[in-house]
Amino acid sequence: MTQNAVEQVRESVDAIYRAESRRVLATLIRLLGDFDLAEEALHDAFTAALDQWAKEGVPKNPRAWLVSTGRFKAIDAMRRRARFDASRETLAGHLDSTIGDPTEVDDQGVEDDRLRLIFTCCHPALSPEACVALTLREVCGLTTEEIARAFLTVPPTLAQRIVRAKAKIRDARIPYQVPSSAELPDRLDTVLQVIYLVFNEGYSASSGASLTRSDLSSEAIRLGRLLLELLPEPEAIGLLALMLLQESRRTARTSPTGDVVLLEDQDRLLWNRDQIAEGKALLERALSSRRFGPYTLQAAIAAVHAEAPNAAATDWAQIVGLYGLLARVQPSPVVELNHAVAVAMRDGPGAGLVLIDAIIARGDLDVYHLAHSARADLCRRLGKQAEARAAYERALTLTQQEAERRFYERRLRELG
Amino acid sequence: MKYVCLGYIEEKKWETMPENERNAMIDECFAYDDVLRKHGYFVDGEALQSARNATTLRWKNGKVSITDGPYAETKEQLGGILVLEARDLNHAIQLMSKHPGVKAGPFEIRPAEDLTGMIRESEQRRSTIKGE
Repeated sequence: MTQNAVEQVRESVDAIYRAESRRVLATLIRLLGDFDLAEEALHDAFTAALDQWAKEGVPKNPRAWLVSTGRFKAIDAMRRRARFDASRETLAGHLDSTIGDPTEVDDQGVEDDRLRLIFTCCHPALSPEACVALTLREVCGLTTEEIARAFLTVPPTLAQRIVRAKAKIRDARIPYQVPSSAELPDRLDTVLQVIYLVFNEGYSASSGASLTRSDLSSEAIRLGRLLLELLPEPEAIGLLALMLLQESRRTARTSPTGDVVLLEDQDRLLWNRDQIAEGKALLERALSSRRFGPYTLQAAIAAVHAEAPNAAATDWAQIVGLYGLLARVQPSPVVELNHAVAVAMRDGPGAGLVLIDAIIARGDLDVYHLAHSARADLCRRLGKQAEARAAYERALTLTQQEAERRFYERRLRELG
Repeated sequence: MKYVCLGYIEEKKWETMPENERNAMIDECFAYDDVLRKHGYFVDGEALQSARNATTLRWKNGKVSITDGPYAETKEQLGGILVLEARDLNHAIQLMSKHPGVKAGPFEIRPAEDLTGMIRESEQRRSTIKGE
């Protein structure tokens, strides 16, 4: 075969890998009952594809070919190992006889497999860290190096986390299932939490030099789109809307020197209008369900900001109302804090300060730097210099994020 | 697959509960245990006396040291053990989520370890020793 033709086959296989490998993996995990077996099978199937498609051409249904080939190769491999270990013989036989012709898996079946994979990777019996690592690896197909870099850790640590998660899935017998409708709302919550964790890590990195790591946020949005395709629940729609609306501000959030730019100071011309439009359309869809979950409400708040042509034109009354709703649906001190900040914008800094002081006095957000920086800002606006300084200094001790630290240091210098 | 479910309870809270509330909880728990038995999910179970009746043995300085009280010095103490037979973890979670006892205190669900291989190997080792 000519060099050119070999190149073409390689390109086809690469393209199909990018488009289909996750779907193939999801189905192989179901058929083989094991993550590691399925990954091996996936690798073997694509290796075989490079070889056979060069000779026979690309098959009409590449995904079915890959699933079928992967499965047979896995069974073959198990049989070979069974010659050395009798206990594997039964497993190989079992795999061979289970389930019908996998090439008959239709589109709906494949989507079910992808949902199974997402719900398994985001199982509440796994720690949030493990869910994030496993989801990025198995659902998104990121390498352990890419994931490690994104979370500022080293590949062996990440790899170990994934190995342990897979071991727990196997040993505690976490089944490869889409939750029943009774369990779905809570289980969906966990999935959404994982996706939002990934987004937040990319949107506002918790430590380190850069304020944002855009790759992670893009990955989270991609995950959000996938989930929406498979499960168009209102909160899934709301989460995607929220992520797009927040992402739309990425460029405006940091100055060219990498410093924090507050919402009120951002150049709104830098906001991504396409993402805002898509976010708002999704929000409409979510709201039309009349079910107002926390992600949908947060998206609604983000949309109010997105609609204001400048900071002064922000409809703070609406935001106060939305935070009030959010506080009922998902009560938390952070929501209360944001509500207090919105009240300050609507009614003046004094009104907000009273609320924030009450929250901090309860001890709820004592180690949350944003509580102290919010307090500092209100004191500053009220001319209470000394209190503002003390609060910014406290905030400084509570964050490791360099851009945020520079911001607090700048505020302290401005206070003189 | 067997799952061992450890039920924890804050004893003081339990003891200071009004009697009718306590009895209602007890009745609900027993009734649910019966449901589990009926379906073949209940392998075994045991309620525990108060942690104050516990005795703990430890190996210390080359011998067994005996102290009064439970091992864990936590606010919530082990109140009962239930051995469940379930298809998989989701099934075990479903079954125990509906157990009225979860309102009284947390349940830890842990899969039982299959010791078949370990037992076989140990017997082989012990029979070899005997044979010498």
